[in-house]
Amino acid sequence: MDLLGQYLVNGIMLGTIYALVAVGFTLFFGVLDVIKFSHGDVLMVGAFAGFTAALGAAALGFTNPFVQLAASVLFAVSGTALLGAAIAKWLILPLKNAPRLNILLITLMLGTALRESVRLFYPDGSNPKAFPALLPSTAWQFGNFTLRADSALLVIAGIAVIVGLHMLINRTRLGLAIRAVAQDEETARTMGINYTLIVLVTFALGSGIAAVAGVMNGLYYNEVNFGMGLLLGLIGFSAAIIGGLGNLYGAILGGFLFAALQMIGAVALPFASAYKDVFAFAVVIALMGWKPTGLIPERSSERV
Amino acid sequence: MKTILRFSVGALLSAALAAAPLGGAFAKDKVKIAFIGPLSGGNASIGVGGRNSAELAVMIRNKDPKAKYSYELFSQDDECKPNVGVQVATKAAADRKTVGAVAHYCSAVAMSTVDVYHKFGLPMIVWGAVLPDITYGNDYKEVHRVNGTMVNQNEVAADFMTRQGFKTWVILHDTTDYGKGHNAYFSKFLKEKGGKILATFGVTADQQDFTAELTKAKEMKPDVIYFGGLTPLGVRIRQQMDKLGITAQFEGVSGIVSTAFLEGLDPKLSEGIIALREGAPVEKLPGGKYFMEQYDKAKFDQGPDAYGAFAFAAATLLLDAIETVGPDRKKVTAYLGKVKDKDSITGPISFDDHGQNTVAAITKYVVQDGKWVLWEDSEYAAGKRKLAGR
Repeated sequence: MDLLGQYLVNGIMLGTIYALVAVGFTLFFGVLDVIKFSHGDVLMVGAFAGFTAALGAAALGFTNPFVQLAASVLFAVSGTALLGAAIAKWLILPLKNAPRLNILLITLMLGTALRESVRLFYPDGSNPKAFPALLPSTAWQFGNFTLRADSALLVIAGIAVIVGLHMLINRTRLGLAIRAVAQDEETARTMGINYTLIVLVTFALGSGIAAVAGVMNGLYYNEVNFGMGLLLGLIGFSAAIIGGLGNLYGAILGGFLFAALQMIGAVALPFASAYKDVFAFAVVIALMGWKPTGLIPERSSERV
Repeated sequence: MKTILRFSVGALLSAALAAAPLGGAFAKDKVKIAFIGPLSGGNASIGVGGRNSAELAVMIRNKDPKAKYSYELFSQDDECKPNVGVQVATKAAADRKTVGAVAHYCSAVAMSTVDVYHKFGLPMIVWGAVLPDITYGNDYKEVHRVNGTMVNQNEVAADFMTRQGFKTWVILHDTTDYGKGHNAYFSKFLKEKGGKILATFGVTADQQDFTAELTKAKEMKPDVIYFGGLTPLGVRIRQQMDKLGITAQFEGVSGIVSTAFLEGLDPKLSEGIIALREGAPVEKLPGGKYFMEQYDKAKFDQGPDAYGAFAFAAATLLLDAIETVGPDRKKVTAYLGKVKDKDSITGPISFDDHGQNTVAAITKYVVQDGKWVLWEDSEYAAGKRKLAGR
């Protein structure tokens, strides 16, 4: 029983990170109907920004880990939000009327460019970096079950971000505007919504959330590397797809589902745990065959 | 920093080469040898240590007035990835001016590049990779190795660990040829010594999350968690063991004996970790003192790490071969095939008919206060400290 609890905690941790990535994909698809393939690499840039800020704060003499953490998160989120908005303004919006494939390609290439830039231009960027442990490492033992304060805090923070986003989308004027743009661009424009601004804000929002996931990932594994966004981006995208692209709850569900599949693949199946990703992606393929629009499809049917 | 150094060493070297025809009484023919290893990525500290050591061998030879040729080291990064390894090996082998190569720390890379060396007839000496099949899995006359293989390493490891009183193991290994090899040999010898393996997990070489595997391992309460793989994964697994509250002894293989492993971990976590490596430690080598003096003099920005001495010995052997028979790939291959009891800083080198050096001293290491310490010299052997669960 206590073991099940351990798997559950591990799965929730992974699921939270995946959900945060998937939410970004779904936001972008919701407002602009685009798939931004550089999302994983934007996350990686966020993790490196957070890493740099944490080191910078330490170098400036702030030894308190909470100050370092705050600097790390703040810098990562704001920097990455700006990057996301910039991508939207100069790469995606100008191509809005071009074939969808072009946006897919341009963001795919952008992702590679970001990844290689960090590898080449960040000092010693091709090597994994040891992310400082900024959270308390207290651990509670319940028999076989170990709960660490840092993991618990990360999950709480992640869920808080998701809940916060939910409130933002559903309870604020900004959220109303985002939903309006997602539903119908032209009607939203005629209602006096600043379309460009809303798109930029949405991209900033999605990218900032990716940065949170990046820093969380760094704190959880105590490591960041230039290639970390590749698999995370792919998993986040798959999670958004099986959940139903364009639907916030679908993305969250998809993230946790994917983490659960990985856990099952590693633990409950007879073959080597190295195949857990093969298993998880295979199930994703099967699910897509069964429900092509995702588990919780977007309400408007025109996008099917 | 590393790139700056690489450039500056390269610049110095090329300046020296350019100056030689003007300043020297006669111009020596230029001869190129290649160095290939992981210069970036998680195993870079080993790779750069090896590169520096090979560079040192070339620098010493170029200073020697009796040397017949002036040498240039063409160093290439294989990133510890087989596909990149094949690219750079082909690049080196296709250059007719390159006479030989000192190559590879990562076994998976060496496994895929030996065919390239054979196809191009480029004599090469492995300086760090330990999978037996690199030399024994083929009949290529071009392929040699100065360091030992993982067979001896795991035999000694199984014997040593059972003697310490450990009874049960959970094995994690990466699913490259390297990790699979470690798993196969260690399992075989462990069973012979009466140790019990509770479970074996294969993990991918770039896996980030091991909590599922480790949680399952935790349930089985093994005395030891054995990991057959390289430094980056070793660091992650040890960290996640701690996150899950696993208190079992952690045992690694030669792939984690590196300074990067210790830098990646809090000293509290690395304390008491055991790993074995083939070959004696530098300070106990016949030429270890000379090597370290020369290395320090050259002022590289990092130490030679665990395999630098082998890279130095391999490069020196290759240069000796070229000096003796001239810069001709076929002749160098023939010369290397006949090497018997040749002096080197790692002790006498003798290649068997597969090009494998027959010297097989195995060293046991334990981490004490954030440093790899010889088991025999450690406080653990003296009984002052105890391994986990003992």
